[in-house]
Amino acid sequence: MDKSAGLKGFAATQVPIDAARIARFEIEEFNTAYAATLDAGKVEDWPAFFTDDALYRITGRDNADADLPVGLVLCEGIGMFKDRALAIATTMMFAPRYLQHHITNVRVLALDGEVITATANYALYQTLVDERTTLQQIGRYYDRFVRRDGTLLLQERHCVYDSLIIDTALIYPV
Amino acid sequence: MPDSAQTPHTNEPTRVWPAGGLQAIPDWVYTDPAIYQREIERIFHGRTWNFVALEAELPEPGCFKRSFVGPTPVIVARDTNGFHVFENRCAHRGAELCRPASGKATELVCPYHQWTYDLAGNLTAVPFRRGIKKQGGMPADFKLAEHNLRQLAVTTRGGVVFASFCRDLEPLEDYLGPEILADFDATFDGRPLQILGYYRNTVPGNWKMYHENLKDPYHATLLHAFLVNFGLMVAGNKSAMIVDASGRHGTMASAKPDQPMVDEASKQEMRAFSETMTLNDTRFLEYVREFTSPWSVTMQTIWPNLIVQRELNTLGVRQIVPSGPHEFLMIWTMFGFTGDSAEMTRHRLRQGNLMGPSGFLGLEDNEAMKFVQEGVVRSSTDVSYIGLGGTEEGTVDHLISEAAIRSMYRHYREVMDL
Ligand SMILES: [Fe+2]
Repeated sequence: MDKSAGLKGFAATQVPIDAARIARFEIEEFNTAYAATLDAGKVEDWPAFFTDDALYRITGRDNADADLPVGLVLCEGIGMFKDRALAIATTMMFAPRYLQHHITNVRVLALDGEVITATANYALYQTLVDERTTLQQIGRYYDRFVRRDGTLLLQERHCVYDSLIIDTALIYPV
Repeated sequence: MPDSAQTPHTNEPTRVWPAGGLQAIPDWVYTDPAIYQREIERIFHGRTWNFVALEAELPEPGCFKRSFVGPTPVIVARDTNGFHVFENRCAHRGAELCRPASGKATELVCPYHQWTYDLAGNLTAVPFRRGIKKQGGMPADFKLAEHNLRQLAVTTRGGVVFASFCRDLEPLEDYLGPEILADFDATFDGRPLQILGYYRNTVPGNWKMYHENLKDPYHATLLHAFLVNFGLMVAGNKSAMIVDASGRHGTMASAKPDQPMVDEASKQEMRAFSETMTLNDTRFLEYVREFTSPWSVTMQTIWPNLIVQRELNTLGVRQIVPSGPHEFLMIWTMFGFTGDSAEMTRHRLRQGNLMGPSGFLGLEDNEAMKFVQEGVVRSSTDVSYIGLGGTEEGTVDHLISEAAIRSMYRHYREVMDL
């Protein structure tokens, strides 16, 4: 159990600096739009950031380190993304809240044609009505992007959180 | 503070249960620190079997993990003689000596002064016991055996490890009773378990609310749009809320029909029902019939700190760790079986979206309990009304009753002398 290695399949490789610079800019743009969509509460627009066969998982760092497969949220294929988004938007019961994603430290790990492997750190702040703002979780994205017609889409996003104790409930996607 | 001079200095609650019997639950059972202290003494440290681990988490001698009995940190360890549970508190200065969540070791050493214990919690060595150059050291009559870690009684069944501070407790089988044991054994049917991972969350509510929520099938048909819309648990399905003879344990059980049908009268009652809500991906509602049980869902509340979740094919145990009257930690351990195919494991993981602190059902329960705690703490009213099903107690074979909550409080009041 090597805690510095991160997820399997996300090892750092030598990336040419010019290509890395372009990829990094594209990812920064992508993550900014991703955060803006979620922070605006437009959860039904969230699936559009993913490919049709995408994998999305939120899991604790303890599970990631021990190579345990469980996901707090696990979406396989665009149907599951849409179902979760619809349930959050229309049927699930929870207290109203504001969210802010702060995404930093983008690191390009590998480039392979139109596939970019990267990580980024995130902090997710939550504000409930009548309550102080709290740090809901900090963690790291382990991402696999594909470039389609000049635009990035996520084929894989693993949100691995350090904050192992969730406060009450994690409602929205990270 | 002039009043304090007249108030006797005692932890004994001076509470009187309100009129209304078991249909009335006073707010102070959820909020009073003195009641909470008595719960620790009489319930978690009393005559109860408490969940501490799954055997699969400690697959061989030398394995250990941190756990809890009530709020009290314990270590679960396995040696060649079997499982041991003892307090995670050094006999010397009280340090919580074991810090990693789990690991492998031949002995446990307190990092502060290196007092050393074996995997049964026995003290085996104390540095400078004889002093140095005939100076210092322990008294001549110091005996290692008088300074062991506090050891608990241990029992296992079906791969589940329980512990108790009570040394003369009845066997687990008698503690659970035949009704609860039947569904427990249906889940833990002898297949070796495969740990799939953990979730941890706090709930800002009293720990008893978690039991009540799972002894309250009424809410399942109303709060959870997912259950209602997809026929997992709706008024009209074959279902039961099973209670043991003591009243403390329960099993909420439901059988998923092949074709979920919701009659018109029920639809009118259930606001959560929506004709138009359909799923893009129905895989995670599939039920692979793998258990010898008439039920496709059993949610067991095993007093005082364990929930056994068998929701279709997503399986887990939830450990309640209270941290005061107003909050508890919930530790979820999700599992499958070592013989599962890769596809069955994926199915269990997909279905896991129903449960946990981000689960379609789980997050709603946590939110609801938070609302209740805020209500009982902040409001001027001081009693809740539990009148569904009148005064009936014990097992009922439908979902529209609060009988199991009343049964739990009958037991609770006896044990708590309230
Ligand atoms: Fe529920």
